[in-house]
Amino acid sequence: MAHTGTLDISHLSKQYDVKGAALPVLEDITLTIQPGEFVSVVGTSGCGKSTLLRLIVGLEDDYRGEILLDGKRVVGTSLQRGIVFQEHRLFPWLTVEQNISLALLNSGLSEGDQFRTVQSHIDLVGLNGFEHAYPYQLSGGMSQRVAIARALVTRPDILLLDEPFGALDALTRAYLQQELHRIWEAEGITMILVTHDVEEAVYLGERVVVMEPRPGRIRRIVPVDLAHPRERSAPAFSRIRDTVLREFGDKPAAAAAPPLAPEVPVVTDHVPLAFQFAI
Amino acid sequence: MSDTPIHLGRRLAIPRALRGWVLPIALIVLWWAAVAFGWSQSPLLVAPSKVWDTAVEQIVSGKLFSALAASLWRDLAGFAIGSTVGLVFGTALGLSRLFEKMVGPTFHTVKQISLFAWIPLISVWFGLGDTAKVVFLSLAAFFPVVLNTFEGIRAVPADLLEVSRVLRFTRRQTLWRVVIPAASPSIFAGIHLALIYAWLATLGAEYLLVSGKGIGNTMIDGRENFWMDLVLFGVIVVGTVGFTLNWIAGHIEARLLRWRGRSVAAH
Repeated sequence: MAHTGTLDISHLSKQYDVKGAALPVLEDITLTIQPGEFVSVVGTSGCGKSTLLRLIVGLEDDYRGEILLDGKRVVGTSLQRGIVFQEHRLFPWLTVEQNISLALLNSGLSEGDQFRTVQSHIDLVGLNGFEHAYPYQLSGGMSQRVAIARALVTRPDILLLDEPFGALDALTRAYLQQELHRIWEAEGITMILVTHDVEEAVYLGERVVVMEPRPGRIRRIVPVDLAHPRERSAPAFSRIRDTVLREFGDKPAAAAAPPLAPEVPVVTDHVPLAFQFAI
Repeated sequence: MSDTPIHLGRRLAIPRALRGWVLPIALIVLWWAAVAFGWSQSPLLVAPSKVWDTAVEQIVSGKLFSALAASLWRDLAGFAIGSTVGLVFGTALGLSRLFEKMVGPTFHTVKQISLFAWIPLISVWFGLGDTAKVVFLSLAAFFPVVLNTFEGIRAVPADLLEVSRVLRFTRRQTLWRVVIPAASPSIFAGIHLALIYAWLATLGAEYLLVSGKGIGNTMIDGRENFWMDLVLFGVIVVGTVGFTLNWIAGHIEARLLRWRGRSVAAH
């Protein structure tokens, strides 16, 4: 599939105002991601990696620098950019099928096309037979598959994943990582995965972007030149994983220090508390 | 200690479905015994059989039907008006900070006023007839719906609103596809309360705005004429109607909110 979507981030900086004081979250991020690439972003909490995704998806504005998709500045959200959050964020009053269909509300597809696309994405994430289940009837892993299908059904150029498997048990997580890789190969789209799990980052990414906190900066970009399927116990895999881990170990003081600026105020500060009309 | 209730339960061996009937049946037996054995000579104590006869007479003559129809019509009219206006008002209050700032303080002050304190004002403005009663019932239904709708809309998770932004929903789509469904458990709770309040207020209205027909008027007649059988019959009818309305509302609610899974049980 020929997807466009070169993502160009240059000199991106972002700060929040916390009680009148400026709190830098991201500083001078420059990164180019090629169409169809899988990039993992790892870092400790507070390194701004989630903020980076929120900026790319368009949930946050007000940044310095540039985020360009195919040369165009990113403003607001777009069906071109899908996102999967750590929590599945499905609408609990809709079934699996309805949740995925709702993403196509503004897609302009005919009803028949919508139905077929939804079905093919249910197939893609392996949820046949669960079309009419409500979210409360699904396990955590299944809910995340639905969230992935919902994010992919609009056929975005880029899929952003914000610690999508962070809340899952180890077995489910390993399985879904494998599934995500299969989906990435099948869809051929760009994926950016934010995680604090180094092994996950190395397993999935073609490049691993290591970030350091306060303010969030890119410390190093580690290429992963390993063929798939990747074997987690293989020496080559371990070498790359250790290389990434060493980036965290270099500054023990910073890594061990308690997070001075947790990501919490970021969220409370900028997410509207309630949906409002400007009447 | 802990095995005593189990032991007791086994000995009594009352089927689960019938356990709730134990107290009412015991009371009726006690009542019957009080009359049959002449424990009290008070004219206030009438025999169950007399209440039964009154019930049959009321039903056969059609008096019950016309009184109940009048009460229920007012109840449902007031409920419909009050909860519809409440739904719109509560939604506006929840959606618009400006509207909340402008009318919120007044609303929150007014809601503190006891419902029955409105009666004198209503009777001056609307008299003692059906209009006054329906206005009073609307008011009774209005407040719980406004409060629950408002709170439900304010409590819509920010997480889900972000999803609607990511999916490029318009304001209208966000309102109908996300905000209203997310607030629906709270909205239904308000409507459910309104249904109960309106029925309680129906009786209140018939007592305080005495004129016309209604089950409350039937009971007032009974009291004034010392027909205790009629009063008791009225109490039973009022209780049954209230129970039925609550049961219907509970089932509709459980059905519409079945996406919540086991967390919502039928009442």
